[in-house]
Amino acid sequence: MTPEQIKERISDQFKNSVITNESLGEHQVEINGEDWLNIATFMKNDPKLSFDQLECITGIDTGEEGPLQTHYNFHSMEHRHKIEVVISHDRKDPKVSSIEQVWRIGDWFERETYDMFGIEYTGHRDLRRILCPDDWEGWPLRKDYEGQESFHGIVVPKIKEEEGWE
Amino acid sequence: MGLLENKFQDNVVVASLDKILGWARSTSPWYFQFGLACCAIEMMSSAASRHDLERIGMMPRSSPRQADVMIVAGTVTMKMALRVKKLYEQMADPKYVISMGSCATSGGPYWQHGYHVLKGVDLVVPVDVYVPGCPPRPEALIEGLLKLQEKIQTERPLTRKLA
Amino acid sequence: MGVVQGDQMVLNIGPQHPSTHGVLRLEVTTDGEIVSKITPHLGYLHRCFEKHAENVTYEQVIPFTDRCDYLASMNSNFGYVVAMEELMDIEISERVQYIRVIMAELNRIASHLLALGVYGLDIGAFTPFLYMLRDRERILDIFEYTCGARLLYNYMWIGGVSHDLPKDFVKICVEFLDYFEPQIEEYNNLLTFNKIFIERTADVGVIPAEVAVSYGVSGPNLRGSGVKWDVRKDEPYSIYDRFDFDIPTGSGEFGTLGDCFDRYWVRMLEVTQSVRIIRQALKDLPGGDVFETMPKKIRPPVGSVYRRTESPRGDLGYYIVSDGTPSPTRVKMRSPAFTALSCLDEVSSGWMISDVLAILGSLDIVLGEIDR
Repeated sequence: MTPEQIKERISDQFKNSVITNESLGEHQVEINGEDWLNIATFMKNDPKLSFDQLECITGIDTGEEGPLQTHYNFHSMEHRHKIEVVISHDRKDPKVSSIEQVWRIGDWFERETYDMFGIEYTGHRDLRRILCPDDWEGWPLRKDYEGQESFHGIVVPKIKEEEGWE
Repeated sequence: MGLLENKFQDNVVVASLDKILGWARSTSPWYFQFGLACCAIEMMSSAASRHDLERIGMMPRSSPRQADVMIVAGTVTMKMALRVKKLYEQMADPKYVISMGSCATSGGPYWQHGYHVLKGVDLVVPVDVYVPGCPPRPEALIEGLLKLQEKIQTERPLTRKLA
Repeated sequence: MGVVQGDQMVLNIGPQHPSTHGVLRLEVTTDGEIVSKITPHLGYLHRCFEKHAENVTYEQVIPFTDRCDYLASMNSNFGYVVAMEELMDIEISERVQYIRVIMAELNRIASHLLALGVYGLDIGAFTPFLYMLRDRERILDIFEYTCGARLLYNYMWIGGVSHDLPKDFVKICVEFLDYFEPQIEEYNNLLTFNKIFIERTADVGVIPAEVAVSYGVSGPNLRGSGVKWDVRKDEPYSIYDRFDFDIPTGSGEFGTLGDCFDRYWVRMLEVTQSVRIIRQALKDLPGGDVFETMPKKIRPPVGSVYRRTESPRGDLGYYIVSDGTPSPTRVKMRSPAFTALSCLDEVSSGWMISDVLAILGSLDIVLGEIDR
């Protein structure tokens, strides 16, 4: 199925879930995050879609004025089609429901996105930091991240400013 | 040593006690395999058949209690730095540290934006020999070990004790 | 160590341990010798690759990708440049395509040799480790002859490669392949069909196919469970569709389908298939200039791309977001070892502690890639 047909099938089943966004490519679809767990379960179990592989979850910080986004890449081994789902979160309180029950790899991918960006995945069985230490402060991959002063007595040097690219 | 030299046959050696102890201590340092990252692979290669480390007396030990030298091979992160210190303290005296690779020396290629990288292992443990490279060739590591052997030979353990 | 709930004990393996393939900490809850739960703790090698990638230019990211999966550095570079060339829509010259395939397959052989040798070491056999490293050194000699480096090459650049092949490269490579093929027979006699090795690895750590797909396991780990999925055949990139090679899958001949022996055996068979690919590529290697399709300025259009390639550990994916400046906005590396490690808890409950290390060795993880 082409990405257009996949988008149609999702929006037929779940009204008002697909949001049109001009800045996305044609292989990407933006979905409203409120009913995300049901949409994800449908995407896995529906025989026409059958997305059984969750390839990657990426968190993206779109800049100061934009939202935080989570991008999910899906692939179906049976039908050999792909889709990328984009969900935007409010910067002050980024939250979306977790899909780790549907695809078991979502567990560690969501923990990593939480660690790097601070996006909270509600319903996750054990959401805690995975790469940084448990008592690290801040969300490192956000654009406005300021490093902490010291960690257990070891000084953490500040990230230096660049001269800028031409 | 002055009066007694060249007075005996070839199979009699005269030397100071410090020198003999230095020779014995430096020629079989057992290293503590502390491979963290890419430099660990070069450390493993230098222990394999082509550049054999055991011919210069280095035997790999997995426990810090049985080792003399700790080769810190690879990047030390903040999370790991606390454990490096603990493992160094678990080693028995006399102990030495070789910092292998540019990550352990000064943070390596991650010095600029690495918020989680320790900029040099000498911030947590005292280092005796630095081996630069990214990763250093096995020959470079062997040269670092030979330099460590020279350093051990110049120590005077008896003099320290009596003083 | 401490005592929890009266009967169960919490044992800490790592972060410094000779058999954990790097700095990994496993918190193992055991009842005597039988494991009931494992919690892996990562992050001891978190070197902020993604933060660095946002602050340097596109070409400067390539040495950082080397250091993530340091055993298969050519394949890590390959994944990144394939994704970038898809984003920028560049056509590559034929000679560069063939050189890249030869280098990637040689590095696949080198990485599998190390993985199999170290696996033998984990089980307790020291000699295969030395034999396999001896042959791996010959491959590293070939790499050193081409580009000057032994382990981290920075060889594949966007649009080309960094050094052209030296004049007698084809002769040296064919000599190595002729020497190497009988050695595989020797490894099989030494380790693979050794009764003790089979007892330690057959029927241990079975990963069923649905569990493997749900956990995102890929590469030889997935093929060991019987699923015939290889990115080189199913989503071909570069010129892999021109070569004739098989995809070995596990068959459960010594035990259950999907056990540790199957994963080991798939890697051993893949080495023979890589030798086939290299022979075909060397025969058809065209002439030409390797620098002609390299763009002067790397400034991709605004957009994003996700592309996966087959590294020796599985599906290596790069998600690159560009906003038109010379420096990327976001580079995410989807590492196959991360997903392989995530299924350790489910696969190893009920086995003994030494079996856990056998299972961990059969997954072939590299911590540099997991922690990035």
